[in-house]
Amino acid sequence: MALPFFRQTEVLAAPDIEAASLRSDRFRLERETDWKRLESIVVCLEKNRLRRIADEDLLALPVLYRQAASSLAVARETSLDAGTLAYLESLVRRAWFQVYGPRTSLLGWLRRFLGGGWSAAVRALWLEICIALTAMIAGTLAGWLLVARDSDWYYALVPGEFTDSRRPGATREALVESMSGTQDAEGLTVFATYLFSHNTGVTILFFGLGFAFGIPTVLLLVYEMASLGAMLWLFASAGLGWEFAAWLSIHGTTELLAGLLGGAAGIHIGRAMAFPGNRSVLAAAAASGRRAALVMAGAVLMLAVAGLLEGYARQLVADPLSRGAIGGTMLLLWLAYFLFVRDRSRGAGR
Amino acid sequence: MTAAVAPHLRHELRRRRELVTPEGLSLPLTVASRGSRAGALLLDLGIIFFGFFLLGIFLTVVGVGLFDESPEDAGPAIELVLVLLILLVFLSRYGYFLAFELGPRGATPGKRALGIRVAARPAASGSGGRLTAEAVIARNLMRDVEVFIPFAFLVSGELGSGVMGFAAGVWLLVFMLFPLFNKDNLRAGDLVAGTWVVEAERRKLPAAMSLAPKQRAPAAYPFGEAELSVYGEHELQVLEGVLRHDNADAQRQVMEAICRKIGWQAGHGDERAFLEAFYAALRARLEGDMRFGKRKKDKFS
Repeated sequence: MALPFFRQTEVLAAPDIEAASLRSDRFRLERETDWKRLESIVVCLEKNRLRRIADEDLLALPVLYRQAASSLAVARETSLDAGTLAYLESLVRRAWFQVYGPRTSLLGWLRRFLGGGWSAAVRALWLEICIALTAMIAGTLAGWLLVARDSDWYYALVPGEFTDSRRPGATREALVESMSGTQDAEGLTVFATYLFSHNTGVTILFFGLGFAFGIPTVLLLVYEMASLGAMLWLFASAGLGWEFAAWLSIHGTTELLAGLLGGAAGIHIGRAMAFPGNRSVLAAAAASGRRAALVMAGAVLMLAVAGLLEGYARQLVADPLSRGAIGGTMLLLWLAYFLFVRDRSRGAGR
Repeated sequence: MTAAVAPHLRHELRRRRELVTPEGLSLPLTVASRGSRAGALLLDLGIIFFGFFLLGIFLTVVGVGLFDESPEDAGPAIELVLVLLILLVFLSRYGYFLAFELGPRGATPGKRALGIRVAARPAASGSGGRLTAEAVIARNLMRDVEVFIPFAFLVSGELGSGVMGFAAGVWLLVFMLFPLFNKDNLRAGDLVAGTWVVEAERRKLPAAMSLAPKQRAPAAYPFGEAELSVYGEHELQVLEGVLRHDNADAQRQVMEAICRKIGWQAGHGDERAFLEAFYAALRARLEGDMRFGKRKKDKFS
C-alpha cells in the first residue's frame, strides 16, 4: 500500500502515526500525505495550470488515484470517521473527473471536427436530411400556392420587416430597388453580425424543438419556408423570378443548407426518442444528441459564413449572374465537403 | 451503506448514485438537487446581466450614444461597438455556458459556487464515461429552448394572447418542468446529451479524532461494556459533528444526554474531555466489531 518510492517529493511533514490511539486513524495517518499530494495535483488540473505540475507528480497521478480509491473502499469497511470518509469520497470523485476528463484540447477537437468528424455525422443523418428537405420543399410550395390563391396570405406568412416595399401589388421598380446592392461597405458589418446571430438562433431552435419527437421542428421548417415561397411568388409574378433566386442564392445556399442541417439534427433526436430500437430511450437520445450536436456545431459555422456572404457579398455584388455563381459555388463546395471528406481517425463521431 | 453516511447527509440518500469506474471501482455520486441547479442558473444569468449592466454604464460614461443614430450613418467606431455588442449578446447566450462547461471543472461560475458540475451520465451498467465536447454542446444548445426562449416569451407578454400564445406557453412549460419529473433531475438538455449534474464540492481533510486525547491522561473515564453498548454508528457520527464544531453549549447538552443514558453523574468543566474519551472508546468498540462484520447502525438496532 505505502509507496516509499513516491515519498521522495513530499514536502508535508509526516504525521505522528503512533500518537493515534485508533487503528482506523492510524490507517488514515499513514496515507494522508499521499491523499494531500493527489489533492494538490487535482487542484492544479482543475485550475488548468498544467505547467505547475511536476513531471513525477503527473506520472504518479494514476497510482495516487487508484491508491486513494482503494483507501476509500477500505475506509468504508473499517472506519467510522465521517469527516475522513466524506473527504475521501470528494477527493476520489474529483480525481476521477480529472483522470477521465476530456482528453483533447479545443484546438485538437476542432481539427478532428473539420477533418471528417462533421462530415461523417452529416452523412449519418442522411434520412433525416431527406425528411427535412421534403418539409422545406413542401413549405415553399405551400407558401407559393397559398399566396397565389389569395394574396392576403402574404401578410400572414412573411414577417413584418420584409413587407416594407415588398408586398403584393408593389411596382416592379420597387421590387428591383429592394434587391439592389450598396456601393460602400459602411454599416454592413453590423448587418452581417446581426444576420448571423439571428439565423443561428432560429437554427438552434430547429434543433431544440426536435426534442418533442421532431414534430415542432418539421412544423417550423414548413412555416419558415412558406414565407420564402410567398416571396418567391411575389417576385416571380413581377417577372423577377431569376433575379430573386440569384439575390437569394448568394448566401441562401449556405444558409438554407445550414437550416436543413439544423432541422435534420432536430428530427434525428426526435426520431431516436420515438424509435429507440433495442436501446433504452435515454441511451438512444444521448447517442443521437451527441451526433446531432456535431452537425449543429457545423451548422453554426456555416451560418457565420452565410452572414458574411449576406452582409457583404450580396450588398456589394449587384449582378444576378455573379450572385448566382457565388451561391452555386458555395453549394458545390459544401456538398463536396460533406460527401468526400472522410474520417481518417475513427471515433470522431462518438 | 446507509450507516456509513453522516447524519447531515441523510436526506441526500435519495439522490445517491453509484458509478463504476473503468478499473472497476465503485464511486459514490450525489445528483445535484433541483434547488441548487436552479440557483446556479439564476446566478449565471445574474452574472451575465450584471456584466451587460456594467458595460452599459461604461459605454454611457465614455459617451457612446448607441441609439442616437441609425447604424447606416454612424461612424466606424460606433459600428465597431455595435458589432461587438451583437457578438457579445450572442456569445453570452450560447458561449458562456459552453466555454465554462468544457473546462476541466465542468462547471460555470454559478455551478461552482453551488458545488455542482456537469458529468457524463453512466450507462445502464453503471460504468462511467468521459464528458465529451459534443455532449456539452448538445446540452447547451437545448438550453436555448428551455431557458432563453421561455424567458423572452414571458417578457414579450404573448402569454395571454390567444390560443396560440397559450399553447406555446404550455409547451414551453413542459421543458421548464421536465426536471421535476425524473429521478435524476435531468433537464431536456441532459437527456439529449447523455449528461447529468452531480455534486462536486471540495472538502477539507479534518483532523484525526483520536489524536487529541493524547495530551490528557488516558483512561480517566473507565467506560465498560455496558456503557458502550448503548449507542450505534449514527450516534457516533453525531458526536463527531459536535466535537468538530466545538460549541460549549452543545457539548454540555450532549454530555448530559449521554450521562443520563449510561447512568453516570455528569460533572462540570470537563465536557470536552469526557466527550472525546467517550467518542474514542465508542469508536474503538464499533470499529472493532466492524472488522468482524458486525455493524450497529444506531441505538435502536
